[in-house]
Amino acid sequence: MTSDTVKNTNEAPVQQEKPAASYSALSGNEAVAQAMRQIEPVVVAAYPITPQTDIVQNFSAFVADGLVRTEFILVESEHSAMSAVVGAAASGVRAMTATASNGLALMYEVLHITSGLRLPVVMPVVARALSAPINIHCDHSDFFGVRDAGWIQLMSEDAQEAYDNTLQAVLIAEDPDVLLPVMVGLDGFVTSHSIENVALLKDGVVKDFLGKHRPHTNLLDPENPVTVGPLALQDSYFEFKRQQAEGLRSAARVIDEVAARFEGISGRQYRRIETFNTDDAEAIIITCGSTAGTARYALQRLRQKGLKVGLIKVRCITPFPAHEVRQAVAGARSVAVLDRSMETVTEGGPLFVSVAAALAASGGKPPIMRSYIYGLGGRDIHLSHLDEVYRSLLDTSTDRQPADVSPQVEFLGTH
Amino acid sequence: MVTAKELASRPERFYPGHRACSGCGFPQAIRFVLKAARNPVVVSVATGCLEVTSTAYPYTAWNCSFIHSAFENTAATMSGIVGAYEGLKRFKGDDNRQLDFIAFGGDGGSYDIGFQALSGAMERGHDFLYVCYDNGSYANTGVQRSGATPRGAHTTTTPAGDRSHGKPQFRKDLTGIIAAHNIPYVAQSAISHWRDVVTKAEKGLAVKGPAFLNIMAPCRLTWGTPPEETIDVTRHAVESCFWPLYEVEDGNWVLNFRPKKKRSFIDWLRRQRRFSHLFRKEKENVNLLQELEDEVENRWKRLLERCQEPH
Repeated sequence: MTSDTVKNTNEAPVQQEKPAASYSALSGNEAVAQAMRQIEPVVVAAYPITPQTDIVQNFSAFVADGLVRTEFILVESEHSAMSAVVGAAASGVRAMTATASNGLALMYEVLHITSGLRLPVVMPVVARALSAPINIHCDHSDFFGVRDAGWIQLMSEDAQEAYDNTLQAVLIAEDPDVLLPVMVGLDGFVTSHSIENVALLKDGVVKDFLGKHRPHTNLLDPENPVTVGPLALQDSYFEFKRQQAEGLRSAARVIDEVAARFEGISGRQYRRIETFNTDDAEAIIITCGSTAGTARYALQRLRQKGLKVGLIKVRCITPFPAHEVRQAVAGARSVAVLDRSMETVTEGGPLFVSVAAALAASGGKPPIMRSYIYGLGGRDIHLSHLDEVYRSLLDTSTDRQPADVSPQVEFLGTH
Repeated sequence: MVTAKELASRPERFYPGHRACSGCGFPQAIRFVLKAARNPVVVSVATGCLEVTSTAYPYTAWNCSFIHSAFENTAATMSGIVGAYEGLKRFKGDDNRQLDFIAFGGDGGSYDIGFQALSGAMERGHDFLYVCYDNGSYANTGVQRSGATPRGAHTTTTPAGDRSHGKPQFRKDLTGIIAAHNIPYVAQSAISHWRDVVTKAEKGLAVKGPAFLNIMAPCRLTWGTPPEETIDVTRHAVESCFWPLYEVEDGNWVLNFRPKKKRSFIDWLRRQRRFSHLFRKEKENVNLLQELEDEVENRWKRLLERCQEPH
């Protein structure tokens, strides 16, 4: 996480000890599988897809060894995986799946049904490029491609965060003010297959943290028969959706509340955005996922040379922390948003567009903004790329008016 | 064998007041199947006429637990529900109440777009009854062709025209395909034979593991028949051997009904408006009509062989 010479402007309290945890060398997928073992959903329905497959395989081993009592449904597609999870969650139990890339795309229809039925499902998504051309490596086109599906979306920087976010997601989803599914992103291969030192909480600590699931819908209760998923026409559909929007709005507060509780058991602090040296920064990079780590290292080296650079790592993609981003960016002269996906590329990447919308709502003079696309299909991003972005931002003329800057999308590291 | 009187005394789970058309076939199928259940029921329904006519918010025709998710995933949705039920048994010990699980889909949701989810659920062996109410078209979207539409039928996507005799292909044999999954119980029935429907639903619910029941339930808009003829045109389909009643119990094929005297298949076509173009210039279509009749005869003979019945 935060290296010694980088100032975390969130002022995380220094933890003298990591309570109730043990360290293990785990890949991101193994860490997520451990979280799933500790959550012990009553139903897991999953279909293997690279680079998520390890999660399914690890969980299969937990089932085979009797470490979980979970009903593990090995479905014939991701569409059926999410459909089975909908059926299980509507039956009043914790239910999970995990997927990536084309599998997430195949689920698209049912993603909307899950959020529309207000089912508190948790799903790790191992971010991978979408076809075509087919490519199994990391980018965020899958994850950002489903931003409008009504799910809460948390993005993880490393295996530890993937584990921590997965546990927190359960309580976020089940909060009565939220009742929405949560997607936990981690970078394909970069995070999913890299082995890190991961602090796992003790099983009992997780169990106490998660508590008992108190479902709002239970198909298995015949004394209270309910019609789930009715036809809602012009006179009622809009009200269902209006209430759903309220759930997503409440999520921002609940995500922070759950993070505070999680800090109490883990010592690890989570916010919807993490800021580094933004207070006095002239040039700020905004990004998410594993690249935040590389960017932090680049920042550290440039700070040592006296350059006023800052970094914002966005953990909560949906609902987008517009207020927090506005505050963190205030005072900066120029901002670059680094997107690892292709959507809306003519106006900038999806994270760029979210940031731009957030800043457009602020009163003051907005900074110069640049959109960078990087790392599609697993293309490496190097320190030199991040140096290039920071230096380009610092070179930006102060008298240039933002209105004059047509949104120009730059591609980092293409041939 | 259940009596009509006894059936009437059983709890009603699909209530009047739903918005299905007059003369629609599926409400009978749904009521008969639900009457067969002796435990509280959890129902999953595919998108289609059944769902849109029975759940218009804030009303519901369902006096039991009900979920509708999407068009192609009712079997997968039910997999998750049964999974939750089975999983809870392990979490809580064996104290679960007895429930019956029934998934309903039309022929669109079962033969075509929902076929993969159906096949997957049957292969995995979840303990529930899948019921297809087969009216031979995508009726809910305004009568388009499906894999269950008979050859020669006019639909809005296979309209009869100067160069078209309606749907060019013969229908898919879904019951036979599901039987090839080697599940404990597979059967074909029709709303004209209510006792047959109830008996088969009872058998399907009683077996451990998946069961499949394909019930002919006409859509009078698709078929082009008067509402008061729905039951008889269904009976005619059975008695002309177009839609035989049979069951496959643990791989054992049994014919449940053999007409003493076959009713004319050509007459069955003639009474439905969807085939009327074939009879406008009947002499020109005599070969096609013969092909349609031959196919019915061939399928009937193959069934007799499978059931070890004399020809």
